[in-house]
Amino acid sequence: MAEIAEGGGGKGGKKKAKKGSARIDMTPMVDLAFLLLTFFVLAATLAKPKAMEIIYPKEVDDKEDKTKLDDALATTLLLGENENEVFYYSGAYKPDTTELILTDLSKDGFRKIMLDKNMRVNDQVVQLKAKLESKEIDELTYEEAYKQVVGAKDAPFVVIKTVDKTKFKNVIGAMDELNICNVRKRAIQDMAESEAIAVRQRSSELDLKKK
Amino acid sequence: MSKIKIAKSHSNRSGTRSSSTAPSLDMTPMVDLAFLLVTFFMLTAKFRNMEPIEADPPSSTSLTQLPEKVMLITIDTAGRAYFDISGRTVREKLINRMMVRYPGLKMTQEQIENFSKMGTFGQPVALLPQYISGDDDIKNALDEVGKGIPLDSLNNQLGDWIQEGYYAFVDDATEQGLTREQLKEDGLRYAIKADANTEYAKIEKVIDVFRDKQIFQFNMVTNLEGSDTNADANLNAQ
Repeated sequence: MAEIAEGGGGKGGKKKAKKGSARIDMTPMVDLAFLLLTFFVLAATLAKPKAMEIIYPKEVDDKEDKTKLDDALATTLLLGENENEVFYYSGAYKPDTTELILTDLSKDGFRKIMLDKNMRVNDQVVQLKAKLESKEIDELTYEEAYKQVVGAKDAPFVVIKTVDKTKFKNVIGAMDELNICNVRKRAIQDMAESEAIAVRQRSSELDLKKK
Repeated sequence: MSKIKIAKSHSNRSGTRSSSTAPSLDMTPMVDLAFLLVTFFMLTAKFRNMEPIEADPPSSTSLTQLPEKVMLITIDTAGRAYFDISGRTVREKLINRMMVRYPGLKMTQEQIENFSKMGTFGQPVALLPQYISGDDDIKNALDEVGKGIPLDSLNNQLGDWIQEGYYAFVDDATEQGLTREQLKEDGLRYAIKADANTEYAKIEKVIDVFRDKQIFQFNMVTNLEGSDTNADANLNAQ
């Protein structure tokens, strides 16, 4: 630290003139400075909240839209009242034949299924990322290409269906999984009554099995 | 400061000459830098205002940061909505606009000042002056019994706050000389911070208010999840 020529230190006696110079021990001050520094550095980086962007559709006549989408590409994720029981089915919903498959929002659950279904898109995204990293393409072209890849007509899409009592964290969790799987074609909708009943049935079946 | 002992023992033995070779490190620049950094962080640090409610947002892997210019609606587990908008001048304009819209809302200059400094609030317009002038006890009491900002279709105050907040923001930006194009790039963003355990229907209610105002794009505030769910790592592993 800032040198302190202690008056008493000079035993030689030649440096008598320095005896009078009063120096203050700055250790505590410097300690405090570093303490404050640490605090502000940590506080500055910790306080920044993160955000996930979600775009909701305008309320349009969606019958027209629905017919355009190919049922074969559809996956529907049903978020019911029970936050630990998440179901999905592929294709269109047929009241008696559609089977709801139990899954969850962990990394071994719905993510695996969607990564698999969305494999072609994911492969393309990985290639694009590699190109970006090797500087073959710049950021802007990457963004454009990415949008095209994930928005392709034959890319799978997911409909997240909720009931009134669905927990917000499940909705965000599901959206997050879709982000990870590069599924950009998705929608959040209210669950149809028939689906809600099916979910309730399935979950009471599961309860029975557990017992 | 920590004395450098080697230097001493040397100087004791060989007298005056060795003192010139004493390996003492001048730390002044480091300390200078430390203070500079302290000053920098202190000046740039923004302290969060006291929040009247606790809303612990869900976690996600999203790395996007919450925008700077933001209108933030906080929703707690009971579905109560709270309003906040960034920028002191914006808030001042906002409250003036709200006083025009709600002639019953009368505020003193001091209350306006306090409003512009305040953070999130969730009181109906009628109770706002009382809330602003109140001390912490009164505020806590009002927050406890309060039902948040009313947002039902008969008394949609949240919608008014959103609308006037947008206009106040645009006014403020035009005053600062921002053009329309710049505003499109760097305009007001809308964020929703809801507790992880809130029922989705309650959030949809707030979103519906936004949709009425032709706002469809939101930033959902989330906590950063642990690194075990790294998106890239997972994709590469496939």
